[in-house]
Amino acid sequence: MFLFIVFALIAIVAGLGVILSRKPVYSALFLLVNFATLAALYIMLQAQFLAAVQIIVYAGAIVVLILFVIMLIGGGELRDIRDPNKTLLRRLTAPRVTGAVLALLLLAAIGYGLITGTLNSASGSAAAFNNGSVQAIASVLYTDYVLPFELASVLLLVGMIGAVVLAKNE
Amino acid sequence: MDWINLILIPAIKSVILVVVLLTGFAYLTWVERKLIGRFQQRIGPNRAWKFGLGHPIADALKMIFKEETIPNYTDKILFALGPGLALAPSLLIFAVIPVGPTLRMFGKDIPFVVADVNIGLLWVLAVGGIGTYGTVLGGWASNNKYSLLGALRTSAQMLSYELPMGILIIALLLTTALGTADGSGTLNLVEIVRMDRPWWLWAWIWLAFPLYFICMLAETGRKPFDFPETENELVAGYQTEYGSIKFALYYMTEYLHVLGASGVAVSVFFGGWRGPFVEQFPGLGLLYFTIKLLAMVFLFIWASASVPRPRYDQLLKFCWTFLFPAALIYMAITAVGVVLL
Amino acid sequence: MSYVNEVFRGAVAIAQAFGVTLKALLSSPLTVEYPEQPAAVYPRFRARHELRRYENGLERCIGCMLCEAACPTGAIHVEAAENDPEHPTSPGERYAKVYDVNLMRCVFCGDCETACPVEAVVLGHDFELAVYNRAGLLLQKEQLLNPKAPNVVVRAE
Repeated sequence: MFLFIVFALIAIVAGLGVILSRKPVYSALFLLVNFATLAALYIMLQAQFLAAVQIIVYAGAIVVLILFVIMLIGGGELRDIRDPNKTLLRRLTAPRVTGAVLALLLLAAIGYGLITGTLNSASGSAAAFNNGSVQAIASVLYTDYVLPFELASVLLLVGMIGAVVLAKNE
Repeated sequence: MDWINLILIPAIKSVILVVVLLTGFAYLTWVERKLIGRFQQRIGPNRAWKFGLGHPIADALKMIFKEETIPNYTDKILFALGPGLALAPSLLIFAVIPVGPTLRMFGKDIPFVVADVNIGLLWVLAVGGIGTYGTVLGGWASNNKYSLLGALRTSAQMLSYELPMGILIIALLLTTALGTADGSGTLNLVEIVRMDRPWWLWAWIWLAFPLYFICMLAETGRKPFDFPETENELVAGYQTEYGSIKFALYYMTEYLHVLGASGVAVSVFFGGWRGPFVEQFPGLGLLYFTIKLLAMVFLFIWASASVPRPRYDQLLKFCWTFLFPAALIYMAITAVGVVLL
Repeated sequence: MSYVNEVFRGAVAIAQAFGVTLKALLSSPLTVEYPEQPAAVYPRFRARHELRRYENGLERCIGCMLCEAACPTGAIHVEAAENDPEHPTSPGERYAKVYDVNLMRCVFCGDCETACPVEAVVLGHDFELAVYNRAGLLLQKEQLLNPKAPNVVVRAE
């Protein structure tokens, strides 16, 4: 429990850091810390495989890509946020509104789950997944959840082909 | 009693490993300079002590006592964080590499691996992915065009070559399903090394080695794929602004990457610590592992002496148009074979 | 098909490159460890001046100053004097009382040795000319007469 509180606090602080940092690079790094703490939480739940994949995919690839983009477009400080010359309404650009709405939806969903107790009674305990071993996850993934899994893979394939088409000149 | 097994023994093993790795790194630089010298029909370092064996120590002392500067207009925090972020993952890779069989010492069975975890190979991929940050952040924080270009190149190169590497590793993991009794494979490097495989499976695995080796060269940023630091185009890439001990840390990282990648390759492709008579004398395993590791390092140095550096776009093009499809085909054939057998 | 062919040829080329370096590794190094081992120079190499003697110990230089006249940079300074008939310094009537070479001016063109009628001044093979002060580059007669390898005919022609 003690470790959980420590990691959860780190995750929250890192999450706040993502949205409060003035420099995009720092935001990306806080995101990285957040992902790392998530991986630590997975390990505490005996889901080592999930933790490793979390780090490989998110820390190893996605944040690197984010950093790549930040570096390509230049990672200067964001001044616009506290610009006193703009009114509050002017500063509500489309991405910010979308982000705020999504965040509110997420909060509502989690709150609903907590209030109704759906989240608390999650059936998949650590033992059900054979202590998070690769074999257990694989067998579940390829039997019970094979349709969503294959759909996700098709989605990724489409994305990949799209990227290739976009990257081709002619 | 429990804390001895849980904390004390891994701690001792880690300390030994780190000490061995850091001295090993120093003498790896010596081996490389000497070998590159002989590849170019030179003698190599020979001033300090016999055969130039004092050079690594002299280099280390020089690095440590140089003035440590942080240039103006850099991001001070990230600038200092960069080398550490680069070094730590390169050391962590070794945690899952079995350097020897289980030995009986002090009345205890001590396996020669720091962490015998069931996600072994995934750990290698994860830690390798994190290793990119040190370079990327260091290059960005330097606030220097060349450093930034080096950092950009690092991120693109690492991301690209991680893919064929990961796919090859997946293919090799598929073959482990043939080695276990119940037909389920394993990610655990200790078990992969222990596994008995028929000769035709070994032959098939070795077929993937050239592809894997190219990926390794790119992932470690070694010549001929040293694009993060290409000295003729980018001065020294991401490490241009670094000096003193911070530069030494980056330097160390590069060599530790070589050692780590060699260790993984030896474990996956060449049976790790296994060799003749190792069942009777488990101590021999350590020797075999060292020999295989050094042979792999020799291969790295040999490649860096033989092949010139391509252009950067050629590097990425090679990855996406040849290496990646080739790895995919290899994986597909392996998967079909494993299912059929 | 051409793609496969290209890949194959690339692999062969890289294998050849590996072979070249391996051959180099197995052969012995070509390095000359210069300060410890002597560095070889070609026979017509021109470095520091030397003043030669005859076998009987007499100096060849007769103080004719042709070298001084031939020198394009004025690096040579000669002052002649009459020989003492009892104890001649050189076989002729006169000898060089002063023979200075300023190496800071010398361009090692070799005109002095071409001009010399008695083959007294030659540009030798001693190329280690680094010194700690300018005075070390102003060579005087004693230094020129006592080179590291004395009285060698450097150029036979």
